[in-house]
Amino acid sequence: MGTAHKSVVYKTNAADLTLFSKSFAALQKGMVIKMFFYRRLEQYGGRTALVSSDGAKLTYGELAASADEFSAAVSPRSLVFLLCRNCAETVVGYTACMRGEAAAAMLGAGIDGGLLDELLDSYRPSYIWLPAESRILADRECVYRYGDYKLIKTDYEKDYTINPDLKLLLTTSGSTGSPKFVRQTERNIQSNTESIVKYLEIREDDAAITTMPMNYTYGLSILNTHLFCGARMILCDYTLMDKQFWSLMKAQGATTFGGVPYIYEMLKKLHFERMDIPTLRYLTQAGGKLPPELADEFSEICRQKGMKFIIMYGQTEATARMSYRPWESAFSKSASIGIAIPGGTLELIDTEGNPITGPDTVGEMIYRGDNVTMGYAESRHDLIKGDENRGVLVTGDMAKRDADGYYYVVGRKKRFLKLFGNRVNLDEVEQLLRKQNIDCACGGRDDNMVIYITDEAFRTSVADYIDHHTAISHGGYKIKIIDKIPRSDSGKILYSELK
Amino acid sequence: MTNLEKYNKAFMEALGITEDKLAGLEYNTIPEWDSVGHMQLIAAIEDAFDIMIDTDDIIDLSSYEKGKELIAKYEVEL
Repeated sequence: MGTAHKSVVYKTNAADLTLFSKSFAALQKGMVIKMFFYRRLEQYGGRTALVSSDGAKLTYGELAASADEFSAAVSPRSLVFLLCRNCAETVVGYTACMRGEAAAAMLGAGIDGGLLDELLDSYRPSYIWLPAESRILADRECVYRYGDYKLIKTDYEKDYTINPDLKLLLTTSGSTGSPKFVRQTERNIQSNTESIVKYLEIREDDAAITTMPMNYTYGLSILNTHLFCGARMILCDYTLMDKQFWSLMKAQGATTFGGVPYIYEMLKKLHFERMDIPTLRYLTQAGGKLPPELADEFSEICRQKGMKFIIMYGQTEATARMSYRPWESAFSKSASIGIAIPGGTLELIDTEGNPITGPDTVGEMIYRGDNVTMGYAESRHDLIKGDENRGVLVTGDMAKRDADGYYYVVGRKKRFLKLFGNRVNLDEVEQLLRKQNIDCACGGRDDNMVIYITDEAFRTSVADYIDHHTAISHGGYKIKIIDKIPRSDSGKILYSELK
Repeated sequence: MTNLEKYNKAFMEALGITEDKLAGLEYNTIPEWDSVGHMQLIAAIEDAFDIMIDTDDIIDLSSYEKGKELIAKYEVEL
């Protein structure tokens, strides 16, 4: 009798429990849309979130807890500069800003001192998160420490307001130190992350090893997407040319990494086809157009290795990604940037601004989606601005579309180059050099900028300036001496005559 | 041109540096010899001696002197 009674009680409880868990699941499902994923990291509790280059691990629970300690030390709605290295400390600072109320501006920890000073003057951040050994603003109060980083409270007068939607500031050309940032919102990051996770089919058991800095939108999107899934990030500042990179990848069982075109040039040089790394599941490529032969070569290498190879296209102005080439179409759609990401649309417009409907006609690419950012900021006074793009991005890239709807980038409207994945505005480089009283013009092609000057005597000072005051790699440019800079009657440089 | 001259020329041209900087030069100690410079340096050495350097040797070539040892494996005598 007693047993039967117990059993009835048990059944009732089980039914209640089922009902409860069903409604809880529904509630959770509803909350997914409303709650930013960085505020839900606790759900992965004891899983490993970050692995450092020395093998040290940090769980999701620990990451969330440290990030919240950071946030508690920061006054609400303040601007925080994060000087990024690929280390756990950077992720803690970034996660804190994502979970909390602060707005973050991401910069490389190796930024030139002069450029950082200009940015500090222009934006007056309330805090700066940087390596403990740094001497920048070292006399100011340190309000939080974690690992090898410290949070410095600056004493700038806060004479600006931050728009409630502003979450993140990223530079478009890290190389020339322009004070221009792209303004991103929580919605931008959530939407783009969800979309990327979906088309790349990122899983909880994935582990991505870093090949790019986190202040670079592509590097950051890899962090975002993996933390979204409860996967692991293997953090290091090694390059592919460092032995430690490969030993770390093998020791930690990386399943993926991404690369800008020059990373694929390096992989080719390193005979990636001969390497045996069975844990690798897929590779991604973005940050510039991969030469078609190289794209085909890697499609084939990855096919042989049983790996997926996904080419993608994007801009910081669209948070990170706008299109991807599904791995299945690697061979049928060689040299294509693919199709719009889930949730977004691409179209082409002619010079009059009318949509191009037919195939194989070149026009400017227009993207629409929730990941289109709010616009730019050029100083702290722009941080109050709202959404200026309203979901529509004029990309500045010229493209055509084939009959199957696949897009092919054929050129650019604006005067910039990609040097090893970094956008370099040629006019900005010219302006920087002109400030040094050097008459010059910049041209060239991706991964090979040409600086034209007229006086041999300036060759060393130009190289010296570029090498030490910008992040442009020495191998990314050459200097050519010409008789004079070709100019029109009105004084405009005639770039087509440069050679 | 001797092999040593060829080797030095590869360094000087790929990295855009002068001969006096070569002795004792190590990877990642000057802006010119970063990972991009390294890739160009390897290509220059391979072209100079018509050899193909193995993956392990590419990532081991961490100094001007170490490179001399490594290319000896490819039957290049300096």
